[in-house]
Amino acid sequence: MVMYTARRLLILIPILLGVTFLTFAIAQVTPGDPVALMLGVSATPERVEQVREQLGYNDPFLIQYGRYVWNVLHGDLGKSVRGQTDVLDEILARFPSTVELTVVAMLLAVLGGVGAGLIAAISRRRGAQTATMVAALVGLSIPNFWLAILLILVFGVRLHWVAVAGGEGFKDLILPALCLALAPAAVLARLTRSSILEVIREDYVRTAQAKGLGRRAIVMIHVLRNSMIPVVTVIGLQFAGLLGGAVFIENVFARPGIGRFAVSAIAARDYPQVQGVVLFTATIYVLFNLAVDLVYGWLDPRIRYD
Amino acid sequence: MTELQVGSAERAAAGESLWRSAWRTLRHHPAGMMGLVGFSLVLLLVVLAPVVTPGDPTSMNLGHLLEPPSRLHLFGTDDLGRDILTRVLWGGRESLRVALIAVVVAAIGGVSLGLTAGYFGGRADSILMRLVDVLLAFPTILLVLSIVAALGPNLGTVLIAIGLSFIPNVARFVRGTVLVTKNCEYITAAHLLGATHTYVMLTQILPNILAPLIIYSTLGLGSAIMLTAGLSYLGLGAQPPSPEWGAMLNYGRDYLRDAWWMSVFPGLAIFACVLFINLLGDGLRDAMDPKLRV
Amino acid sequence: MSSLLAVRNLTTRFHTHEGVVHAVSGVSFDLEKGEILGIVGESGCGKSVTMLSVLRLIPDPPGKIEAGEVCFGGRDLLRLTEPEMERVRGAEIAMIFQDPMTSLNPTLPIGFQIAEALRLHLGLGKRPAADRAAELLTVVGIPKARDRLGDYPHQFSGGMRQRVMIAMALSCHPQLLIADEPTTALDVTVQAQIIDLVQRLQAQLGMTVIWITHDLGVVARLVQRVMVMYAGHVVEDAPVEGLYASPGHPYTVGLLGSLPRRTKGGRTGLTSIPGQPPGLVAPGPGCPFAPRCRLMTARCLDENPALESVAAGHQVACWERGRMEGVWDGV
Repeated sequence: MVMYTARRLLILIPILLGVTFLTFAIAQVTPGDPVALMLGVSATPERVEQVREQLGYNDPFLIQYGRYVWNVLHGDLGKSVRGQTDVLDEILARFPSTVELTVVAMLLAVLGGVGAGLIAAISRRRGAQTATMVAALVGLSIPNFWLAILLILVFGVRLHWVAVAGGEGFKDLILPALCLALAPAAVLARLTRSSILEVIREDYVRTAQAKGLGRRAIVMIHVLRNSMIPVVTVIGLQFAGLLGGAVFIENVFARPGIGRFAVSAIAARDYPQVQGVVLFTATIYVLFNLAVDLVYGWLDPRIRYD
Repeated sequence: MTELQVGSAERAAAGESLWRSAWRTLRHHPAGMMGLVGFSLVLLLVVLAPVVTPGDPTSMNLGHLLEPPSRLHLFGTDDLGRDILTRVLWGGRESLRVALIAVVVAAIGGVSLGLTAGYFGGRADSILMRLVDVLLAFPTILLVLSIVAALGPNLGTVLIAIGLSFIPNVARFVRGTVLVTKNCEYITAAHLLGATHTYVMLTQILPNILAPLIIYSTLGLGSAIMLTAGLSYLGLGAQPPSPEWGAMLNYGRDYLRDAWWMSVFPGLAIFACVLFINLLGDGLRDAMDPKLRV
Repeated sequence: MSSLLAVRNLTTRFHTHEGVVHAVSGVSFDLEKGEILGIVGESGCGKSVTMLSVLRLIPDPPGKIEAGEVCFGGRDLLRLTEPEMERVRGAEIAMIFQDPMTSLNPTLPIGFQIAEALRLHLGLGKRPAADRAAELLTVVGIPKARDRLGDYPHQFSGGMRQRVMIAMALSCHPQLLIADEPTTALDVTVQAQIIDLVQRLQAQLGMTVIWITHDLGVVARLVQRVMVMYAGHVVEDAPVEGLYASPGHPYTVGLLGSLPRRTKGGRTGLTSIPGQPPGLVAPGPGCPFAPRCRLMTARCLDENPALESVAAGHQVACWERGRMEGVWDGV
């Protein structure tokens, strides 16, 4: 376990460096002069050049990169081009909304997805099996932004049960969370089912049967704990990935989260903001993946006790 | 139990190739066939759009604004009197074109990277795989958004962004397959017989990659269609008056109360497409590589 | 009836996409208490499936025990309900398998896995079960047993794991132990240790043992009686000395011939059986070995011979058994 953890932690630094480098590099490729945008249309070319020199925009690439990393480590993600507001502040203000949505969506996805997969795998009735798998495939294929529109149409426009846009209460979390949860739930259902079916075919299940254990005991003690290990890892990965998927849902439901923030920043060509969101989200994603890896290492005795 | 391996042994004895046996299995796979037929139908309709539809997607009929679905306009009309069905079919050309090219770009890029890294190993491998690891440290949507942000929001950028974002995944699994195949004895034998690297790569290793690549690409196509439409929906891809499906959804948002058909049908098209592709992908996976069976 | 186990006409088939696989066809044999029986044959001949059928461990679907009787302890195991069968498994009949790494659950400590049967069949509490498990580990030759109860399977070597499996199997004092190729996946030196262990335990506990293997060397060391199987049928059933001295079935001759050995002329002989093992999907009406047999006649292709006695306790299923004199020049 120690070696496993150490290895994972060691890779973390280069990966994070790589992430910052890529984010920074893409910014340099972006057409448009941030200083010119900042100073506005009325600024003269000389003035622009003066400010560029002042702010260090003419320094060599690596120096600028180094300065960027230094700033990031001190919590400074720059200022937006539009309102000169601090990017990190804006991100942190919107982050809770995204987290709220993602957490509720993940809970729904786990309960629905793993539950359905379990039933599909263990149930003796063909009907339950095929129904679940068909539903999972459909769930994977529905674009979540379209589903959101449909649900708003039915529950918002026709039935007036929920607000069509905005809305901060818990009631307004349900629809967005459901839309966001559908695809992960489908993935989890399929994975759970296949994982269980695979484990049931393993030799040690046959050994358990040969010892005289009943079906219930075999499933509870041997099958479930082994088949859930890959499922738990995927749950962790999906949770991290949901931060991205929330982009569409936040836009449809006009929720004030970082996904919507990113899109508006891109549309306005406000690159410091875009860069800030990308870096922030990617870092969280990397850290989350690390956490998932460590949990997996702890769950699997072959790694925990090596 | 070895008794149960009877099938593949007898097939191999009969000299049946992977492709023929895959097709035979697929033929009896109801879901897979449904996907194949469904997607072919959609493809056909979309390709033949200019022939099949009356008029073109921009022709406005000011006498028929915001009409619900009827016999004349099966999917209704929009606020400028344009026939939604026509626009959906033409929009399919946009959406599918972008998605297909993006997947091909990803396949070519990923295979080149993965093949080079896996086959030659050493420094090339380390460098390339570090790069891939960094790229994979980003959630895909984020990579796509970054590239779109850098190059400007339009459909072409979306194409490049999706294609590039899929490359790391393809490269990774291609490299994995190459590593496994590389150590097989028949490769050593080929080298001993004087085969060049290029020859070995093309004739021995490439066929092994082909089956999983096809499965991956099929499923990737579904993702690509969803991403293309999604980004256009956000206003970052196809711009109005493009009939691209996501752009239509974006446009229809304002008319949700009065003209639900403007939002329902384009989305239905996306859903149908992706569903058929996923069905086909499942069928292909079962047919070509039962080990990957879900 | 003095037999511990009496199997009559056991038939098991698998219904797969490619057709119906006739894995076991009409297998019959008796097993006396305290006997060590070896079941021999090449891969796919049905030896494992036969014993899995006895314990009703055949996955259904796609497998199905289609016919037969398995008399054990006065009842037909094939007619028992599942809960009744569960009481037989582990407690009266125990089975160990070929690959000890995959046959043990990697996420549970071995102490727990051994104690499972004890708690299930003997109703032992946690503490007494753990004590008993430690005892068992010591009996099978694992040092510092107490300390190792909390260890996981991957922390043991292959031979040790197989010992753990044996401890697990013996925990409830079963009357019959079925060993399905337990040494095939092990090194030769370790193989010998395991065989010795089983021999010792068998003598101590007076257990009845069925040992499945494709290795005739193992057979010679350990068993008292041998049953030779081919393509799902029993082709010969003999005491071990009788089998080696005068094998009655052409397939057995082939098997013995494929062992490197000294022939009478002082040369080392090594002959192989021509042809391929048959597909089990659409077997013909005749003897399954006929296509590869030197002594084949037209009758062999049309009718499947039944087991008939050729000597005391020695049965052979072959139309041409009269012609087997002198075919084999001995080991």
